[in-house]
Parts: sequence; C-alpha cells; structure tokens
Amino acid sequence: MAPAQAAGGGPGPPSDLLRLITCGSVDDGKSTLIGRLLHDSDLLYDDHLAAVRKDSATSGHAGGQVDLALLADGLKAEREQGITIDVAHLYFSTRRRSFIIADAPGHEQYTRNMVTGASTADLAVILVDAARGVTTQTRRHCSIVSLLGIRAIVVAVNKMDLVDYAEDRFAAIVDETSDLGAALGLPPPVCIPMSALNGDCVVERGASMPWYDGPCLMEHLEQVDVDRAAGSATTSAPFDGLRLPVQMVIRPDQSFRGYAGTVCSGTLRPGDDVRVEPSGLITTVERIVTFDGDLDEAGAGRAVTVVTAEPIDIGRGDILCSPDRPPERAREFTATLVWMSGSDLVVGRDYQLQQVGQSLRCRVIEPVHRLDVDTLASAPASAMGLNDIASVTLRTDAELMFDPYEQNRTCGSFILIDPRDNATVAAGMIKAATRAAHIVPSAGWVSPQTRAQLLGHRALTVWFTGLPGSGKSTLARAAEAELAAAGVFACVLDGDNLRFGLNADLGFSPEDRAENIRRAGEVAALLHRYGAVVLAAFISPYREDRDRVRNLHPAGAFMEVFVDAPLEVCEARDPKGLYAKARTGAISDLTGVSAPYEAPAEAEMRVRTAETDVSEASAEIVAEVLRRVREPGGGTSGHH
Amino acid sequence: MTSTLRPVPPSRREAGDLPDRLQRLEDESIHIIREVRAQFSNPVMLYSIGKDSSVMLHLARKAFHPGPIPFPVLHIDTTWKFSEMIAFRDRMADEIGFELVVHTNPEGVAAQINPFDHSSQHYTDVMKTQALKQALDAGRYDAAFGGARRDEERSRAKERVFSFRDRLHRWDPRNQRPELWNHYNGRISAGESIRVFPLSNWTELDVWHYIAANGIEVVPLYFAAPRPVVERDGTLIMVDDDRFRFEAGERAEERWVRFRTLGCYPLTGAVESTAATVSEVAAEMAGATRSEREGRVIDHDQSGSMEEKKREGYF
Repeated sequence: MAPAQAAGGGPGPPSDLLRLITCGSVDDGKSTLIGRLLHDSDLLYDDHLAAVRKDSATSGHAGGQVDLALLADGLKAEREQGITIDVAHLYFSTRRRSFIIADAPGHEQYTRNMVTGASTADLAVILVDAARGVTTQTRRHCSIVSLLGIRAIVVAVNKMDLVDYAEDRFAAIVDETSDLGAALGLPPPVCIPMSALNGDCVVERGASMPWYDGPCLMEHLEQVDVDRAAGSATTSAPFDGLRLPVQMVIRPDQSFRGYAGTVCSGTLRPGDDVRVEPSGLITTVERIVTFDGDLDEAGAGRAVTVVTAEPIDIGRGDILCSPDRPPERAREFTATLVWMSGSDLVVGRDYQLQQVGQSLRCRVIEPVHRLDVDTLASAPASAMGLNDIASVTLRTDAELMFDPYEQNRTCGSFILIDPRDNATVAAGMIKAATRAAHIVPSAGWVSPQTRAQLLGHRALTVWFTGLPGSGKSTLARAAEAELAAAGVFACVLDGDNLRFGLNADLGFSPEDRAENIRRAGEVAALLHRYGAVVLAAFISPYREDRDRVRNLHPAGAFMEVFVDAPLEVCEARDPKGLYAKARTGAISDLTGVSAPYEAPAEAEMRVRTAETDVSEASAEIVAEVLRRVREPGGGTSGHH
Repeated sequence: MTSTLRPVPPSRREAGDLPDRLQRLEDESIHIIREVRAQFSNPVMLYSIGKDSSVMLHLARKAFHPGPIPFPVLHIDTTWKFSEMIAFRDRMADEIGFELVVHTNPEGVAAQINPFDHSSQHYTDVMKTQALKQALDAGRYDAAFGGARRDEERSRAKERVFSFRDRLHRWDPRNQRPELWNHYNGRISAGESIRVFPLSNWTELDVWHYIAANGIEVVPLYFAAPRPVVERDGTLIMVDDDRFRFEAGERAEERWVRFRTLGCYPLTGAVESTAATVSEVAAEMAGATRSEREGRVIDHDQSGSMEEKKREGYF
C-alpha cells in the first residue's frame, strides 16, 4: 500500500531487497511505528494519507490526531476493532533498499500469523515497551523468530518518551535482551531506543536522546548486512549442497525435455554431475535454459529449466542434488510443529504433508512434547491446539526427502493439510530422522519382472471389504480355487485366520482395528513383492486404513472389491453367529451394528452378493484379475 | 474467440542483467506460476490488458519456455474498454500465440447496463464480477491467475498468493489458509477454486522497471499523448468513442495525458503528463505523490469498498 520510492531518490531503483517481520502488539505501538517509518520517509501517497485522516476521525485511537497506526491495519473489521488480526504486507523503497514488511500481530492467539510472516523474513524487528521492559511476550517473539531461523534481530525499544528518555532504562533493557539472545543461542540483538509517537530515532534522530550514538531504525535497516544465503537458516556456515526440487517437466515436443524448478540451495552449472533422488541415478547437466538465454550458472533462488545429457526418468517430486551430498530420506523423523487450525491435532490420524513437489500421507505418532515459548520449557502432551508449538515424531507412507531445517529452510520445512477439508493446519520444521528411519530396506536382486516371467503373471492384491457376512471370505476362497486352476499363484489372506496368530494381541477398538489392517496390509504387500496374487478378505471398515494399504502397493497393483450386501441380508446369513451375539449384547463393536462402516467411494469393483450367486460373482472377479495380471498393460505398472 | 497456438519467438534480451531485486521477484513469480500448472488440472490466466497483466503474461512465457503458455488466457470484456486496449489484446494473442477466451455478460448487454446510466457499483457487479463468475463456471477452471498486487490497496495487503474461493467464488478474509515458505496449498474439492496472484510482492515501480528491463510491450495509453478529455469532478475522463455522454456545458478538450491504470474508459481517470517513454514514466513515478488506484472511480464508493467487492468475487 505504500508507494514507490522516497521523494528525491537517486536516479535508479535500489537493487537490494530486504524482507522483514515486525513483531509486537498494538500496546507496544507497532502500527504507529510502521506508520511513522513510512510517514517520516515521505513514503506515503497523499490519497492514502487522506484516507487515514478521514478514518482517524471516525475510528482512530489517537485522540483526534492523525492515527498513523491506521496505515498498517488493512481490513475493515480490524480497523473498527483497532487490532491487527492477520499478516499484512507492506512495500516501500528508500534510496538504498527496497523493503517488504510482513506485519504480524503480537498477542499469543496470533502466534500462527507471526510464524507465517517469519517464514519468509530475513530480519525481525521486535518491539519492547520501554516502560515495561522485556516481557513474556518479548521472550515468545524472540523464540518464535529464532525457531523460524531468523538470526538478525532488532529490538525496537519504543515509548522512550514514557521513561523520560532515560539512558539507564535503555541500558537495562539492552542487558535483558542480550541474556535472552544467549538463552536462544542467538548473537546479541541490536537494540535501538525510540519514540514512534514523537518520531525520535525512527527516521529522524531528534534531540531527545543525545546519549545514544547508534543508528536510527531506518538507518540500520538500510545498512544491515543480512546473510540471506537462501538455504541456510540457523547454522553459521551456509549450506551449499545443490537442491533443486523438480516442479514439472517441460516437454513441448519430441526435441525438448527440461526439468523446471527453483534452485533452493547450492549452485548449478552446465557440465556438473547431478544426482537424481530418489532414484539415485547420476547424470550431467547439459543446459540451464531460461527465456532470456542459457545460463552459465544458477544460484539459490533462481527459477530455471534443466536439460540433462542422458534421457532419464525425472518427474515432479524428484530432487536434483550434489552427487556426494544427497538429502536425507526417511519414513520417520522428528520435527517442530506449529499448529494453525482451530481443530486440534489428532495423534495417529492421517494428514497430508506437502513440500515443493512432494506430497505424502503422514501421521503424528507419540510422543508429543509441547514447548512453552514463554519459558522455553517443554512437557509431554497428548494433543496440540491452535498456536501450540511442539516437538513431534512423524511417520510418512513413503520416504520423504529432506534436509534438517537448520541447514536448509526450504527443504527442511513443510505444511500439513487436513485431507477432510483441505485446510492448512500446521507448519513443520524438520529436525532429524529417527532411529527407525535408519533401517534401510535392502533391495533384492530379483526384479518384479523376473518373478512375473517365472510365474507367468504379474502380482496383484485384491482387497475384499464389506460388512460381516457379506461374503468376502467365501468369494476369496472361490476365486483362489479358480485362479489356482488357471495356473495363477493365488493365496487368501483372511481376517479371522490372521487374528489367530499374527494379530492375536489385538481387540476391536478403532485403534486395534487400524493396527489389524496395517499388519494385514504389510503382509499383503510382502506377498505381492514375491509375485503373488493376494486375495485379502477383511471387513476393514475405515477408508483411511484401506487407502493406507493401497499406498503400500505400486500404482495399479491394488484392486479394491466392495462386497456389498444390505445389513438385513448379512444379518440373516450370519454365518458366524456374530449378529445374534451383538443383538443380545454378548459382543460389542460389531461393524454395521454398533461400529461404523465406511463404504468405498471408488472401489475398482463392486459385487452385490444379495443379487448374484457365488460362482457368478467369483467368475467376474477372476476374469478381471486375469485381465490385470496376464494381459499386456492390464493395469499393473512396474514396481516403483 | 480462440487463436491458434504457435511457438514462442526467441528472446532478444541477454540473460542475467536484471537487478537483484527484480530477479528475486521474477523467480518467485515463475515458481508460483509453475506450481499452479503442476497442482491444478484446468487453470486460466485472467488478462485485463493492463501493465500488470502484460508482466504476468510475460512471466508465464518465461515459466514454460521453450514451450507455449499451457493454459488459456481469459478477458472479461465489459464492452466499455478503451478501443486501443481491445486492438492491443488481439494483436498480442496473435503475436505471442496464446489461446484467448473472451467473455461478456449477455444479461448485462441485454439489459443495456452501462457506466453512464447505472451506478459504478451496479455496473461493476454486472459487467465485471458476474461476468467473471459466468466465465469461470463455464470454463470449469479450478485456478485463475490475477495480476493484483498487495501494494495496490489496503485490503489487498492481506491477500494470499493462493487465495481460496468457495463454490460461489466468495473470499473469506477471516478464514484464509496460512501461507508459509514457498509451499502453496492448492488442494480443493469439486467446484471450489483458487485465485492466484503471482505479482503479490511487486510494487507499481517494480512493474515499470521490469517492463523497461525486458522490453515488454504495453498499451500506448500508458504513455503521454494529446488526447480528448473532459474534466468531471476533478477527474479527467477520455472521450474514447461516440457513446460518451456529455453533461451540460461539457466539451472535449485536447490535453497531454496518460493513464496509470486502465479499465473501462468512462470510469478511468487520466493524469496530465508528458512522460512518453517507459523510462520517463518510471522517473515520473519516483516523484509521484498519489497512488495509482486513485484514478479508479469504483474504489472510492465507500471505505473498505474493495474488500466488499472481493468478498463477492471481484478480482
């Protein structure tokens, strides 16, 4: 909303850009400070100023004076309430620099907004009220910005007019903040005394503090040297390994194939060898293509298109990296999570983890250690609510490629999305892979293709789901016999049978049911890997659990069969007498009666057993299985 | 109306000579544009024919080079745009070779909605907001790029880069998805959509410097020339065609003017200027004391009026 360049600016625009976040609350005079910064730098357009004058009369809080705070508070509701509730972005330039300010509210209930603003900032300005000194809020602001990897912190000691511009008061605050910095492992923050209300030491020096010989705020912002090496966050040595997450393949015709993405760290040059993760293949960079011509070099931040010497299979989600320094790969890792949603985190529930190019299902597993940002202490917790910050362990469905956040801000961060409503519910900063993640699955020497040749068919998992008594096991057994007769290596995996052995320790609570299906899914995937056609018959009432099993298989190698029969029909059949027992209360948690069943929305097949007989239904399934495992291109793509 | 696709001509500018500030903005915008192409199945780029749209279009060419722009470009034609804008639009579609889709609200045309007889709010709602919703529904687009910048207006300062819209295209400023690092959440359910603003972090001056550095062609109305204008309530309105309604005592007079922003000609104020080149415009801008949207009559209907329009689906 602020304009161009300071009046009387030099001939050209400044070439440098600094992104900063301002942290503080209305009480600290933060909006007034920003307004002052713009006003005294002659950076306000007349019509914007006129709008503020007009609004000052109706909703200003400056007692009739022009309320400079109104310049920073954007939305109507906020202006009326006199609070800032979201992150507002402000843009301005002086002769020396261009600035983007992310203006975030300061109160604890807006922690998520501050985290959002800090995620892209190079520097933070933290406001302290000179009369009140360093408060728990100051501690929280400092720990949040340091958590997000910001090393350059400026403490704006505002309202010096309220303490008679006393030097000793300022000195005491300088001491407190350097202690705080030390506690967070930060260099001592730069402290600047000022009065935004009167304009002292913001842009103009003023005459009120002759004892202060440091820079004014604007002077400091224009001159400060910020290490912006795009990858590095909190470590002093910037991470310089190449990371280029591929966003998309550009392939206008047969003659050109390029991989488009933004270099997130390191440097790329034609002739360099690069490693493609996760395949691990090494290739050579032939060209770095841009609209304005090929580049000799592309550093962090550049959006480019890479052409490689060998035509290898690279797609969205792959990462081009230094051959000797690949990112870590793990299915389990620890991270700091900032919860941003009104709905609490549910441990064990599925969320979607997203990074540039990578998108994976994941779950938070215990333990959760909630961080008290005021005291920097952490304590075990069972849940996370809005604005909570906690250290957690996450488990993903497939391997995530990452670097620790303290080395790499882009490749070490992610967002969590709730798949139920697609809301962004959390921001995460990765710490390290867990011990479990270091268990490396060993790849065999016998390929799926070899096994398929040996057996005369490809592998496939057929997953029968449905109510008790719908006919899952019967159908699976019938299909198994028919497939065996057709020369197919088929085997049935049955829910009840598994509960006698492998799953004997499990009951029927939702958690145990989920674990029952998880184990069954792992067994199915294992048999699948060895070439079998697995016929798995499990009630598997939860969609989430079935989808997780699906994700253990390569695309096209999983076939869900919804064995659909009305509850009355199933209850009339009652082959195991379960419904009768459930109705008398002898057993609880029977799916369909006292526990939910989530029918599949997009099953590959649906068999209505109330309307077809067993041999007819089984023949239909067998025909589809044979098509998928025997016909060329019959749905099963190669192993990934 | 659709033009055929054809290869992008080679660039004339030498690589690597943008100042760091513009390079960072360009890289960020290209990243965003590519992310949309990768995450959505049916994106569209809104094209207002203005300078910001011209920069956004240029960035889209850069993002997919050497391929063509891989989505259609949509223009909402109110029938009251400057005639030079329409000629420019058609020539660009032809020269750059993008798929151009043009839509006008047929109900608005039938009801003869125009900026002279109807209030600016009503006219804008029918010919712009409703027309846009019709076109987005008809094309079943799941993402729509717009050239808006956060520095333009106070309510836009809090707009996201990926801005979620419900099935009725409504924006809820109190329920926006947090946006962190460069991880953009484009997940939506059927019928919902995302408005994408790749120029969010650009300022008006950045746009002009970028136009100069890249030799991007813009509508000549941005440059000063003698043009027939009428001064009405302190605003200079250009007489662009014979549909203009003169009020009593008014007559067109020739003045040296240019436009900082382009919209419907009866609703767009000109500024007196002699800046006839990109560098002269940029130099004039550096000393400007008034914001560019001030020339837009529709923004000033009431305080917070842009926020109201955006909630209803306006870009």
